[in-house]
Amino acid sequence: MRQTSPLRLHVPEPTGRPGHATDFSYLRLAPAGKARKPALDATASDTADLAYSLVRVLDDEGNAVGPWAEPAVDTELLRKGLIAMIKTRIYDARMLIAQRQKKMSFYMQSLGEEAIGTAQVLALQKGDMCFPSYRQQNLLIAQDVPLVDMMCQLFSNERDRLKGRQLPVMYSMREHGFFSISGNLATQFVQAVGWAMASAIKGDTKIASAWIGDGATAAADFQTALTFAHVYQAPVILNVINNQWAISSFQAIAGGEATTFAARGTGTGIVSLRVDGNDFLAVYAVSQWAAERARSNLGPTLIEWVSYRAGPHSTSDDPSKYRPANDWSRFPLGDPIERLKQHLMRVGAWTEEEHIHIQKQIEAEVIAAQKQAEAFGTLANGQSSSVATMFEDVYKEMPWHLRRQRQQAGI
Amino acid sequence: MSRHTSSSSRPMTMIQALRSAMDVMLERDSNVVVFGQDVGYFGGVFRCTEGLQAKYGRERVFDAPISEGGIVGAAVGMGAYGLRPVVEIQFADYFYPATDQIVSEAARLRYRTAGEFIAPLTIRMPCGGGIYGGQTHSQSPEALFTHVTGLRTVMPSNPYDAKGLLISAIESDDPVIFLEPKRLYNGPFDGHHDQPVVPWSKHPLGNVPDGYYSIPLESASVFRPGTDLTVLTYGTMVYVAEVAARETGVNAEIIDLRSLWPLDLDTIVTSVRKTGRCVVLHEATQTSGFGAELTTLIQEHCFYHLEAPVERVAGWDTPYPHAHEWAYFPSPQRVGDAYRRVMDGSPGQPDSGFVVNHSRGG
Repeated sequence: MRQTSPLRLHVPEPTGRPGHATDFSYLRLAPAGKARKPALDATASDTADLAYSLVRVLDDEGNAVGPWAEPAVDTELLRKGLIAMIKTRIYDARMLIAQRQKKMSFYMQSLGEEAIGTAQVLALQKGDMCFPSYRQQNLLIAQDVPLVDMMCQLFSNERDRLKGRQLPVMYSMREHGFFSISGNLATQFVQAVGWAMASAIKGDTKIASAWIGDGATAAADFQTALTFAHVYQAPVILNVINNQWAISSFQAIAGGEATTFAARGTGTGIVSLRVDGNDFLAVYAVSQWAAERARSNLGPTLIEWVSYRAGPHSTSDDPSKYRPANDWSRFPLGDPIERLKQHLMRVGAWTEEEHIHIQKQIEAEVIAAQKQAEAFGTLANGQSSSVATMFEDVYKEMPWHLRRQRQQAGI
Repeated sequence: MSRHTSSSSRPMTMIQALRSAMDVMLERDSNVVVFGQDVGYFGGVFRCTEGLQAKYGRERVFDAPISEGGIVGAAVGMGAYGLRPVVEIQFADYFYPATDQIVSEAARLRYRTAGEFIAPLTIRMPCGGGIYGGQTHSQSPEALFTHVTGLRTVMPSNPYDAKGLLISAIESDDPVIFLEPKRLYNGPFDGHHDQPVVPWSKHPLGNVPDGYYSIPLESASVFRPGTDLTVLTYGTMVYVAEVAARETGVNAEIIDLRSLWPLDLDTIVTSVRKTGRCVVLHEATQTSGFGAELTTLIQEHCFYHLEAPVERVAGWDTPYPHAHEWAYFPSPQRVGDAYRRVMDGSPGQPDSGFVVNHSRGG
């Protein structure tokens, strides 16, 4: 065929820019209860349709419907999940203010994404290891990690267990199954697979949980992780949080246009599901399913969690420069806290009064923790670890050149 | 210097010595795992892992997809779990896709977690030229690693050291880049490519203990004692330095660094203060090469003992060529010429060949 018109470069664009409304029809939504629940030993090709659909449990009225609503989740666990989500949101809001007050240099909220990590970590077991990105603070909060410990890292103060070496939010808490966060995107995704391979090599029963955002799926380590997970059938849950945005880039520029991130999994031979990330019950049910698969030697599962990054990317970001200001209010999957609250109230396990009471209680708890953490110092008052510690832990033993440099630094 | 537990020894090539080191460590430590491209069933394209999978099983020694980032990234995760991975990058020329995992992750993990997670990895990479390997089978990228804080970079020059150093690398809780000069795999090589190669079985350093022994990291060896000048080198160039000493009659003290960084400064400084002259020699390209760091250390620590400017002999600042291999590879002739310059040179009369261009910018 003869070329009749000049070639044109295709550069994807979001439908909504500042001053315009986003058309969310690209989201490939499905009604609650519609997506089926495959057998635990399903193959990747068995899940091909689910990779383009959406697993949802909670309907618009807050009822738990469909195959993923079975078995019913214990109400106490749901209440615990709701409280953890509320706590995460309040923690984020307080830390945002603390950053504005220059008590720390930087912060990142997880507004709107609270359900995903919270529900998954409640479906995991002690000893499993999460390899988070920087927006999974809920993995810690849902385990009731003392907020003071987290805040001391943010403030880089004398109690910061990372000795002021890492940017705020780059937590590391081995005893809580929380691997060290790196600024380099996607690196942890393949490390999680390696950790899972190690667990299998040793005949252990622990599994790994890997975390990545939609934007970072474009990094080489994403595909590498999928290949290794598939080749070695590693006991890992590969979580992709599609919050639609990578800083200012719409998910289409990461390769999401006319496809899904879950489909990347089935293409690599990995059982893959696409799930409503703002539906706590769906997140819990699917996480439990994937964890059971991994623990039963049935291999890895990739899950695309469809959600929305409601807040700015970080404290250094202003989303009003690239997307509509009211975008979140128009996002079809809503707010995870509101949706779980609606469900719990519907089943008589939560009340508006209780909600207000618990919110107040958590606010007091967060403020008290902050006060305690600030007593150990903040970036603003420079009460940090000794400068001499800057030279430690580069190697197991300090080599001569670092001892010399420490002396040159006058310490 | 080394610690032995074995009594018997036998001739081994460097390949066999490296394999023996992995065999010993797979046996001693159930957390040691070995993997990489073609490393498992086939036993490696250089035979360094031959028979290990049959002996220890597929869960300890296995093949990996062609993904350097994946190999090192998975190894970092395994290290975080508590294993002690020994991974192979088929050629040092192909480590680049793993750079992020090596530099940003393995090298920094202990530091950024204040010791909560460590990366006790050994990353083996065949390196160096002299084999008609062309651009992507000849590189010596050590300077890209010595610049990375948190890494240890090691390069043996003979079978005895290869085994002892590899065992130390595997036992080290720090990530170690273990560079293996593939030109030395089957025998020493002094740059005289027109002469027959002597096998390791005819060389005293080819005699290797069967069992466990280790050579400490950060320990250089005085490969050839001398009094006229000090040669700081490693890998294949150790033998080129030696033959150049013989051919010129310069009584060179040749120091095989073995551990490039962190290195054994005492041995270096003691030697240069004794001889007062120094030649730095490596295959890698010259500019910003590891020789620049060595030269600076000499300047800092031996300035008042120096009788002549420090000379560098290195690969030219070009990609590694194919047809012009022997014009590129630092030859005994080039090294010998450097010895003579350093011996003849008078202090304060540098002959760098540099002509100031007064017309620049005019």
